[in-house]
Parts: sequence; structure tokens; C-alpha cells
Amino acid sequence: MFACVAFAAQAFPSLAADAGRGKQLYESRCIGCHSIEANRVGPAHQGVFGRKAGLAPGYDYSPALKSAQIVWSEKTLERWLADPEKLLPGQKMGYSVPEAADRADLIAYLRKQ
Amino acid sequence: MSNTQLEVAILARRHFLRNAATLSGAAVALLAGSEALAQAGSSMASSDVSILNVALGLEHEAINAYQLGAQSGLLQKPVLDVAVRFQSDHKEHRDALAGVIRKLGGKPVDEKAIGDYARALKAETLKSQNDVLELAARLELGATNAYLGVIPSFKDATLAKVAGRLAADEVMHWTLLNNVLGKPLPMGGLPFGA
Repeated sequence: MFACVAFAAQAFPSLAADAGRGKQLYESRCIGCHSIEANRVGPAHQGVFGRKAGLAPGYDYSPALKSAQIVWSEKTLERWLADPEKLLPGQKMGYSVPEAADRADLIAYLRKQ
Repeated sequence: MSNTQLEVAILARRHFLRNAATLSGAAVALLAGSEALAQAGSSMASSDVSILNVALGLEHEAINAYQLGAQSGLLQKPVLDVAVRFQSDHKEHRDALAGVIRKLGGKPVDEKAIGDYARALKAETLKSQNDVLELAARLELGATNAYLGVIPSFKDATLAKVAGRLAADEVMHWTLLNNVLGKPLPMGGLPFGA
């Protein structure tokens, strides 16, 4: 049974993700530049899931984000948080989240915003 | 705030005022350290400039947050003096970062109007000295983790060191704010940047 759970977590990361821990991670790692409701140094995250990149209202994006043809989903956010510069060269976020489990939890939290 | 916390705040203020000249010297050294980078030019510098401009944005926000706190009428001496001292540190960070960005051929990001920061930080919800200190502590902790988080992204090790030094200043601020708020130290080691 444990093997089945482990397999499911690998095959469907969102099943194993912990939005509560994601909130803690957000408040520890992301809050320096971001908030859910307001644009700060980085854009607001409210409604980020399903939004086309570079379209948070009122935020001055880099040309790389403005011209990006991606929609924020579990898959694209995973790639973004793992290595923003690899996904969109020329973007301005120098921060990444190296651990896959941390990314999954953060994404689970962002999905609820 | 207890008498002990007040005494800590007063001692900290005296300490910071005594070391003001040293901090200025540190900013000058930071600028001098970027000379080789400036000569190097290249896309490497361009990438680092982007990160430095995000850092500059953080410093603009911190300066304005302390300004909002100072203008609120909610801060009492000596806490007000400490807040002004911390704001002064952030102004020094701002000037140093802007100087490095220019030396690397970049354009420093502009400061927004204070009203923009007030809206983003929900300044209208600040009703007490503790509210202001809680906000300041949250921003200082966020900046600490942001600076620590971008260290691996710098192409040039000199700038990675600069980010580490800025993070150390933010930790110094956070620690005192945390103390004045009567909060305990974090449990265990390595609480920052995780």
C-alpha cells in the first residue's frame, strides 16, 4: 500500500502537496517581494492559476514576461519555480526553489489564491 | 513594551549611531568592489543587474515603510529613533545598490510614490506601535530571506557577498524588532533562508 501511495505522489504531485505547508513557505520565502493581494517588488499572486504570464493588473513586467506565451498551471509554475531563468531567459526573479516537494506545496497554496 | 525591551532598544540606538561612520565606509567599499565587474561588462553583468534592481526595489519599499511608520504618530521614543536609524541603513543600502547598478551599465529602478507603498502594505490597518513593528519585522525577515535566496543566482561572487552583507543588516534589524515585540528567538539554528 505504501508503494501505491508513493507511486501516486510521484505520478500526481498535487495529490501529495500540502497547501498548509505551502502557506508557511510562502510567508517565509516569497513575502519579501510578493503578496497575494497587492503588487509589490513582485506581482500579486491572487488569481495566478490559469492566468497568462505577465498579466497581473498594474504590474510592470520584464519584456521576457510580457512576451511569454505561457499560462500559469501546475506544470508551468513547477518549471518557473525550479529555474525561472531557464524557463524565461531575461526575466528578473533571481530566486528559485530547489526542492521539488517545496515547489509542490507552494503551488498547492497558490492554486487556492 | 517592558523596561528591559526599552533598554535594549536604547542601547541598540546608541550602538547604531556610534557606528554610523563605519556603515558609510562599508557602502563605499561595496561600490569600490564593483570596479572590476563594471569593466567586465557582458550579459553576466546584465543578469546580475536584474537581481540588484529587485534588491533596490526592496530597499525602496523598506525606506517608505519606515517613513509611513515614522509619520503615523504611532511610534514613541526611543522606538521612533531606532526606526529612523533603520531607515537610514536602508537608504545607505539603496545608494550603494544604485551605485553598483550604474557602474554595471544598468538603470536603477525608480522609487514609487509613498501612497503606492501605503496601499500595497495596507498602511491604513496600522493602529498601534506594535502593528508598525510587526510590519517592519515582517519586511525585514522577508528581505533577509530574499537576499539569502538570490545569492546562488549571482554570476559574480563579489555581488553574492554583497547580498550576504545586506542580509546580515536585515537580520540585525529583525532581531531587535523581534525583541521589542517581546517575541522569542527562533527555535534551533539556521532559521533564515529556509
